[in-house]
Amino acid sequence: MSLSNEEIKQIALLARLNLSELEVQQLSNQLSVILDNFKILEEIDTSNVNPTAQTFELENVDRLDEISTPIDRELTLEGAPRSQDGYFRVRGVLE
Amino acid sequence: MSKNIELNVFAHQHSKLLNERAYSAVELVEATLQNLKDHELNAYITVTESLALKQAELADERIKLGTAGPLTGIPIAIKDLLSTVDNITTAGSKILENYRPVFDCTVVERLQNAGAIIVAKTNLDEFAMGSSNEHSAFGPVKNPWNYQKVSGGSSGGSAVAVANRDVSISLGTDTGGSIRQPAAFCGITGLKPTYGRVSRYGVIAFGSSLEQVGPFGRDATDIANVLQIIAGIDVRDSTTVKIPVPDYQEDFDKGLAGLRIGVPAQFFQDGLDNDVRLAVENAIELFENEGAIIDRSLQLPTSPASLPVYYIIAPSEASANLARYDGVKYGFSFLEGKSVDEEMSLTRSIGFGQEVKRRIMLGTYALSAGYYDAYYLKAQKVRTLIRKEFERAFQTYDLLLTPTTPTVAFGLGEKIEDPYSMYLNDLYTLPVNISGNPAISMPCGFSNELPIGLQLIAKPFDEKTLLRATHAYQTLTDWHMEQPQN
Repeated sequence: MSLSNEEIKQIALLARLNLSELEVQQLSNQLSVILDNFKILEEIDTSNVNPTAQTFELENVDRLDEISTPIDRELTLEGAPRSQDGYFRVRGVLE
Repeated sequence: MSKNIELNVFAHQHSKLLNERAYSAVELVEATLQNLKDHELNAYITVTESLALKQAELADERIKLGTAGPLTGIPIAIKDLLSTVDNITTAGSKILENYRPVFDCTVVERLQNAGAIIVAKTNLDEFAMGSSNEHSAFGPVKNPWNYQKVSGGSSGGSAVAVANRDVSISLGTDTGGSIRQPAAFCGITGLKPTYGRVSRYGVIAFGSSLEQVGPFGRDATDIANVLQIIAGIDVRDSTTVKIPVPDYQEDFDKGLAGLRIGVPAQFFQDGLDNDVRLAVENAIELFENEGAIIDRSLQLPTSPASLPVYYIIAPSEASANLARYDGVKYGFSFLEGKSVDEEMSLTRSIGFGQEVKRRIMLGTYALSAGYYDAYYLKAQKVRTLIRKEFERAFQTYDLLLTPTTPTVAFGLGEKIEDPYSMYLNDLYTLPVNISGNPAISMPCGFSNELPIGLQLIAKPFDEKTLLRATHAYQTLTDWHMEQPQN
């Protein structure tokens, strides 16, 4: 299994990472080696095996809907790079 | 001027001396702070001095009132992946360099309620991704046994804090071995609890279905005392399990006699260093002489597949968990871009280190359309097979016994250019993160003056038997008393 530079760039776009040409080249090599070593999974028969997402198979965990003190808005916004009128501010998304 | 206090003692000894008024919590914390500022191992990202001194005063009040518990007044270092309101929490990343959480994580709350005193937040591989602590944005942690060697990771700073006798107990997290492997490399004891035993609320997320918070210490008693406080259900983490927390020291006098112990063949194959093998064989012999029933016929044929399963599932979960670092809500933000997308991409590219980017890429690929079935779903199915193998084994055995790592601590820089060879170091620690079982690593020998780790694995939620066996082993041997000379 080998990943081309083009494939690396496509994955980086999905992951919102801006990679340098050098990083693209390195990742193409490194991820190809890693994926090659994953091939042993293909040899394991998993027909009729259910996937595990959670080891102890908990279901429907719920709690009482009690009123509690929410985290302070001002305090939360203190960490934000940009905020305005009590909200997080982002750049315009519409052209 | 701080009082001259012997810091090279167990937490339970400090506790006794505090209650006998040999010294106060304030004096103990002052001596501890003095000591941990004093070396170049790079184990700490933040020393939480002013908070620690305030907490020490409160601890002294409790000691006077006679309401002190075993951790009251005891200095503890915690991995800088655990959210604290009072101090920045970096996760070892440039992207969170100045991040101040707005809530405490549950384990910190519980420790503080018990009177424990957080003195430092420890260095780690960025977002807990790594096995050498070389992937920290704040530089690698050095191994106190040999400054040219890695501490192990990702909880390297927490392991070194205890190994160097700065503190007697600390907290780490273990997603694929990040407590047990640095414990082995640094010659101390470290426990990964059962998945669901300890709350993950407020632990900066990496691989959510795999990770647990757990203690480092130098003996079973200290580990038991910390686990006693942090274990239990938490309504804020719906993966914690409603199973009562037992008294972890209840079986300490039962010894090793009668314990049925499986030694899985797959953990003694190619790649296992000969000194490590010999040290573990010696431990097996000791267990047998003490009346444990050792069975070497155990086969866990799917366990070697833990490596690919882990390195698909963990990066997949990481790629989703780390999507939150978008430069909008908190943390580092690149504000000079031409569009939302460009700002987000540049924020992440500048803010994340190489290993984190590598894993986000790997996870994004494994989850992407067209590859999901071949990688992520396949890995989840093999995960089921690995779990079932452990379940079957524990119908016969009380414990499994293995080496913790294939080798002792490797050199700084030795594996940094070759990510896959770094991943191979996790071969013996990964399976229980896949299966959810609890496991502990304790020192059992040396190779070239570097410590070797012995791993015990128990049934889900049977940390009690792990600690019973660890206590018995440490009563019979002195490996856990060895300390680095520096």
